Amino acid sequence: MIPIQKDAIQKQLDAFANEPLYIHLELTMGAYAAHFDSSKHPAANFIRNAVIQYSQGSIEGHGPYRVGLKLEHGWVYAEGLTHAVEDEDGRIILAGINSEGKLVVAFQLSKQPF
Amino acid sequence: MSEKILVVFPHPDDEAFGLSGTLAKFVAEGAQVTYACLTLGEMGRALGNPPIANRESLPLIRKEELIASCQAIGIQDLRMLGFMDKTVEFEPKEVVDAAIRSIYEEVKPTLVFTFFPGYSVHPDHDATGASVIRVLQELPAEERPKVLCIGFSHNMVQDNGEPDVSIDITNYLVQKRNAIAAHQSQFQISEMFGNEDIHSEEVKQRFGKEKFWTYSFQ
Repeated sequence: MIPIQKDAIQKQLDAFANEPLYIHLELTMGAYAAHFDSSKHPAANFIRNAVIQYSQGSIEGHGPYRVGLKLEHGWVYAEGLTHAVEDEDGRIILAGINSEGKLVVAFQLSKQPF
Repeated sequence: MSEKILVVFPHPDDEAFGLSGTLAKFVAEGAQVTYACLTLGEMGRALGNPPIANRESLPLIRKEELIASCQAIGIQDLRMLGFMDKTVEFEPKEVVDAAIRSIYEEVKPTLVFTFFPGYSVHPDHDATGASVIRVLQELPAEERPKVLCIGFSHNMVQDNGEPDVSIDITNYLVQKRNAIAAHQSQFQISEMFGNEDIHSEEVKQRFGKEKFWTYSFQ
């Protein structure tokens, strides 16, 4: 993965608007968060290959970045994104990677199921 | 008679930490080892530092790492069962049990290694151990293989006592180190062993024994 280039991601988001897309959205502290530090409240979620469609999508901030997608009945939001994959299949694959090199957030869109 | 060993864990790298030295020792003594690995650890957070993987490439990379780790240990028979990381506890129990039962019946092991259900921290670990115990519980007691468990929750010793089996692996630290090193997207090997000589007294003290709890069936 490479550090996010905001303009390139914005172009991809524009190109994906107004059509059905598969989304992978994930936030995680890791399964061992409380094992190593009992003051931590471990939480995680992911949704994989749900179908969404947005009329407006943008990437904001100066890094780490935020992404928001405006849906017909709601929103998709992700914060903390730092890295992107230069993906030959035309998918958008973004991740937030912390100072230890661990993935903490993932935001991905594709025309095909992941 | 040499052992026929079945190892059942959910994630690539579970084999490397807790028992790679023990497995290498058994293999050197003539054991046949089958390792059933339920998932590819595809939801892992570690992607290498700097990242060598991403969410979508991670399963393939971890599969290659798993194969390399098994080669380092000498495991002859690796089965990847195709479950999804983090989801083992949500699968219908009969689906997981059937997958493990089918391998058990084919291999007919004399010794089984898995996670101690309820004491293994990661939900996939507990669900995997619980399935192995359910499958073996069905057997008549005289047919049941010995089961050695790994458990590392903070209440493991308090509830179950000290591990009753301790295996000296000081002659197999190279295999253990190489198995852990094979999982390069997950670990920096230097963080584990420092820059210590693998044969140093300090490494032998810290890593020279692997410990297990024998599972007592009801």
